[in-house]
Amino acid sequence: MTGIDWLILLLYFLFVLGIGVALKGRTKTSTDFFLAGRAIPAWVCGLAFLSANLGAQEVIGMGASGAKYGIATSHFYWIGAIPAMVFVGIFMMPFYYGSRARSVPEYLRLRFDEKTRGLNAISFAVMTIFSSGISMYAMAKLIQTLHIFDAPFHSIGVSPRWIFHIGILTSAVVVLVYIFLGGLTSAIYNEVLQFFLIVAGFLPLTWLGLKNLGGWAGLKARLDPSFTHSWAGMAHPATNRLGVDWFGLVMGLGFVLSFGYWCTDFLVVQRAMAAKSMSAARRTPLIGAFPKMLFPFLVILPGIIAVALPAAPVTQISGSVLRAPERGLIPYKLDATTGAPAIDKNGDPQLDYDLAIPSMLLHYFPSGVLGLGITALLASFMSGMAGNVTAFNTVWTYDIYQSYLRPDASDQHYLWMGRAATVFGIAFSIGAAYMANRFNNIMDMLQLVFAFVNAPLFATFLLGMFWKRTTGHGAFSGLLAGTGAAALHHALTLPAGAVSGIKGGWLAVLHTYPSEMAQNFWTAIWAWTTCFLVTIVVSLLTKAPDENKLVGLVYSLTARPKEESLAWYLRPASLAIVVLLGTLLLNFIFW
Amino acid sequence: MWMDIRLPIGILFSIIGCILVAYGLLGDHSIYRQSLGINVNLIWGAVLLVFGLGMFGLGKRAMRSGRTQNGSASAGKSHGK
Repeated sequence: MTGIDWLILLLYFLFVLGIGVALKGRTKTSTDFFLAGRAIPAWVCGLAFLSANLGAQEVIGMGASGAKYGIATSHFYWIGAIPAMVFVGIFMMPFYYGSRARSVPEYLRLRFDEKTRGLNAISFAVMTIFSSGISMYAMAKLIQTLHIFDAPFHSIGVSPRWIFHIGILTSAVVVLVYIFLGGLTSAIYNEVLQFFLIVAGFLPLTWLGLKNLGGWAGLKARLDPSFTHSWAGMAHPATNRLGVDWFGLVMGLGFVLSFGYWCTDFLVVQRAMAAKSMSAARRTPLIGAFPKMLFPFLVILPGIIAVALPAAPVTQISGSVLRAPERGLIPYKLDATTGAPAIDKNGDPQLDYDLAIPSMLLHYFPSGVLGLGITALLASFMSGMAGNVTAFNTVWTYDIYQSYLRPDASDQHYLWMGRAATVFGIAFSIGAAYMANRFNNIMDMLQLVFAFVNAPLFATFLLGMFWKRTTGHGAFSGLLAGTGAAALHHALTLPAGAVSGIKGGWLAVLHTYPSEMAQNFWTAIWAWTTCFLVTIVVSLLTKAPDENKLVGLVYSLTARPKEESLAWYLRPASLAIVVLLGTLLLNFIFW
Repeated sequence: MWMDIRLPIGILFSIIGCILVAYGLLGDHSIYRQSLGINVNLIWGAVLLVFGLGMFGLGKRAMRSGRTQNGSASAGKSHGK
């Protein structure tokens, strides 16, 4: 990186911290800190709703999946996000926002009972810490792998071995400062800034890559058709790159996993709860859905371009070759201990798909836009981290500390606790990042456990919001049964070619799935179905809740929001129709 | 909302845009072999500059109209009293 690249990176840090400093004086109550004073316009919340999800998994992971699976990765957007974002905006937001709950676990207490809230709050708090730590770890590891900071470290006499540690510490301190000072408002404002930076940093990649290949037609001519079709071949797992069939895809990803994340995860729902009115809260996910619909062109397409290009060595800024590529710009994956290419089950060297987007940046961007691209990459990691930290400090303070440890303290005390939670939440995240570095298997196992906990959640919310007979005992036992079903399904199945253990089959192997993705989707389907059925059965066997206490929390007992006074283009229903038609069109174009 | 987020976004993008345009005009042009011969700094810098100025303008306008509305609201309140 040259001076101009450093200047752009420095400017970004200055603005991000400056926003926190500017908002410090305006953060006077716990509502200001945790809920941004419920005063943020819909478009700002909408972009933050999207940006909070734009962590490491999104940019690097989707680019990697694009390189591996092709345009079929867009199912994670067009099937796996948009319908759920529409559903939460149209049907669920009236209950989240209208109930005046301050968090998703608090909604569960209002609708069900304390134990259901406790289960959700504690598992969510632990999960956010680990997710934030993984984001931090991924960022530091990437900086280390790309060697972009080696030269400046050498010039100041510091060994490049310190890059990993300094990367973790810098990102932690920056996120800590701006959230500590300005709370959720600061996180949301920075997420909007980060959103525009990510678009500005990655859009020229798609432009230059497509120009190089002669447009979409040129790209298609260079690749197997399975890379450029999203639905063709989905009739059978063997005829598409994902290794799943259409039913598993639509039910597992499009319904259970997608609705479970976008409709119940407080990390994203918190952004809508900060909106200035009910109408703005309902529009939040719908506004976010518009750019989300087009994000495959920003993060997936560069990955596909990276495999379509003729093989060329990717050079570092210092001029030395990063790694010799195997296919396009995708280099071999190196074994961490031996340094030799890692070998797959067939004895072939594996490709490091995670380097698809970074390799594209180094391949096409000269100094100047390179600084912008690297800044965009760092911004994506930080927005993902900050989203987790703000969700953690709110759930910790309202749903754990206020509920179980100190119920009757002053508002100023909870504001203080929110700031303290930001500090120790980030400290724990740093611990999680180092744990990921040392014990990869433990982190894989934890992520697996979180997946089991998350899988059944949407069944609980769906029944809770749309069936007034659902009881607290029903919800709690449904959640436990659903999590158990997910674990059991994983224990009895295995993806083809995998060894029993972390990948499944740790009790017995009763069924083999064609791919790990198919196994994940079906684990979610089993968990959701079990939770749904157990919740209904236990609810019918236990005492019905008092209907007077459910007003504003359940569909049939809540007045519909009146939005006739709004212009047609501001009404959630109109936005939903436009976004669904747009998504449908994209599915047809890339059929 | 007391600060319109479009203002800092507008300022940041305008500054980055200016830096890239200046570098695209005055810097070494041989580096653009990497970007298919396209002076990507000049072109993308100009795009970011226009975007930044647009955001700044929108933010300023919103802040002005917000102040006017707040002013008339407080004037109305004092009349009511």
